[in-house]
Amino acid sequence: MNRRVILAGVATLALIGLGAGHSQAADELQQITQKGVLTVGVKADYPPFGFRETSGNIVGIEPDLARDLAKRLGVKVSFVPVVASNRIQFLQQGRIDVLIATTTNTKERAKQVQFVSPNYYASGYNVMVPKALKATSWDALKGKTVCAIQGSFYNRGASEKFGLQLSAFAGVAEALAALQQGRCVGFLYDDTAIEGQLLKSQWSSYDMPLESQDAEPWGIAVKNGADALGAKVHDAIEAWNKDGTILELEKKYGIKHPSAFVVKAHDAATKG
Amino acid sequence: MSGFASFFQHLAASGIDLPYFYDPFDAARFWHGLLVTIELSVVTIAASTLIGIIGAWMQASRMGGARAIANIYVELFRNTPPLVQLYFFYFGLSTLLPTIQNAYGQHLPLLGGFAWASLSLSLYAGSFNVEIFRSGIEAIPNATSEAAESLGFTRIKAYQHIILPLAVRICLPALTNNLVNLIKTTTLAYAIAVPELLYVSGQIWSDRSNVPEMMVTLLVIYLILVGILVAFMRGLERALRKPGLGT
Repeated sequence: MNRRVILAGVATLALIGLGAGHSQAADELQQITQKGVLTVGVKADYPPFGFRETSGNIVGIEPDLARDLAKRLGVKVSFVPVVASNRIQFLQQGRIDVLIATTTNTKERAKQVQFVSPNYYASGYNVMVPKALKATSWDALKGKTVCAIQGSFYNRGASEKFGLQLSAFAGVAEALAALQQGRCVGFLYDDTAIEGQLLKSQWSSYDMPLESQDAEPWGIAVKNGADALGAKVHDAIEAWNKDGTILELEKKYGIKHPSAFVVKAHDAATKG
Repeated sequence: MSGFASFFQHLAASGIDLPYFYDPFDAARFWHGLLVTIELSVVTIAASTLIGIIGAWMQASRMGGARAIANIYVELFRNTPPLVQLYFFYFGLSTLLPTIQNAYGQHLPLLGGFAWASLSLSLYAGSFNVEIFRSGIEAIPNATSEAAESLGFTRIKAYQHIILPLAVRICLPALTNNLVNLIKTTTLAYAIAVPELLYVSGQIWSDRSNVPEMMVTLLVIYLILVGILVAFMRGLERALRKPGLGT
């Protein structure tokens, strides 16, 4: 009896082992076409890049890009909501095939997963100010009090480079409350997150008129070694750059300031 | 000076990063932060002591209204967390007050972060000071105020010239405790972006990842600041000592 149980256990383990070995050997792209589903990790809390509709569906610029990618592969798409702290692990564990989730392409992360070239987006810091300020350059903010978040890595750069007087709060809610109460003329934050705020009616008299600074590129990532899938993603990004897909999606989701990074990539793709 | 700075630059290279000694940007904000902490401490120590004296007098007043106001004030400010009070004042109460409209259509509050921090911390520490002064006043025998009245002192003059000077001597140790606490509580002002020591240190350590060095710096500076206050209060205790009163 005992021996039987052990034997059965060993056999099961061997089968699992075989299965795992098999899946590693097979190419990710083949698997996806076999399954007929592309599983993409996207943000569900980062409007307008990836967020939930009132119906609960995940929508946004990145889910739309994922849908387009799946169409190019001839498969259906399925979304897995990810957050910054788990998205790399999800990709490594194979829970998702592709990661399109506002992920900055850093050297550290590039060791853990494979970022597909070219980068598809970029985010830097910017400032949200009242439209009435009519700011046309960062110099307009020199010596002015600007709200910020404590510990943001660009706080020092912004105050040194543009002479902002920063008033830094612990969280976004406090900083925005201070802005609304007029304790500062602007809010220094990530440009993509400011876009999200500007979609809200309470900020209708505010805008982000200045150029983003220190833009860091966002990359789409696949598992290390998933070269065939990576090549398909590469082709898709090239195509998006050529036909302006991302710029159209920005418009569709209400982004008022087309990303300078995307505009440049689009210009380069159409001219060259 | 440059030799001084370069020494600390070398020290930073060897792993102990104290940027407020060699980096002009960090030095400017750090030493300004120290100044703000000192200013905040001085203002709130003075204001909260004054509140304590007036509140204790009101508590002992013959007017029921004054007594009630003093008691409600003490209960309200002693029994709620100072950080919550600070947020309430800065984000809550200040929106209800009149504002000035600036050129960009924003409604500017009249008081800034430093003013609200001073007010809020003074009221918080003041509520404790009221009770501390009350303990001193109640330690003075009734016979003393009766004697003062029989000599023609009005109640307020008796309080000013006889009761309070004696009461102060009795409650000085407790007052010192509360004022020490107050200096430490000024760090809460970082929450409403008052650029005091903790706030600037936080900015510096998030830029440079030198948290241990900045933490040690903060501890040493607060030890020194509180040490100065304690030495001053001890001196005051000695100078005011009257043989036969208290111990």
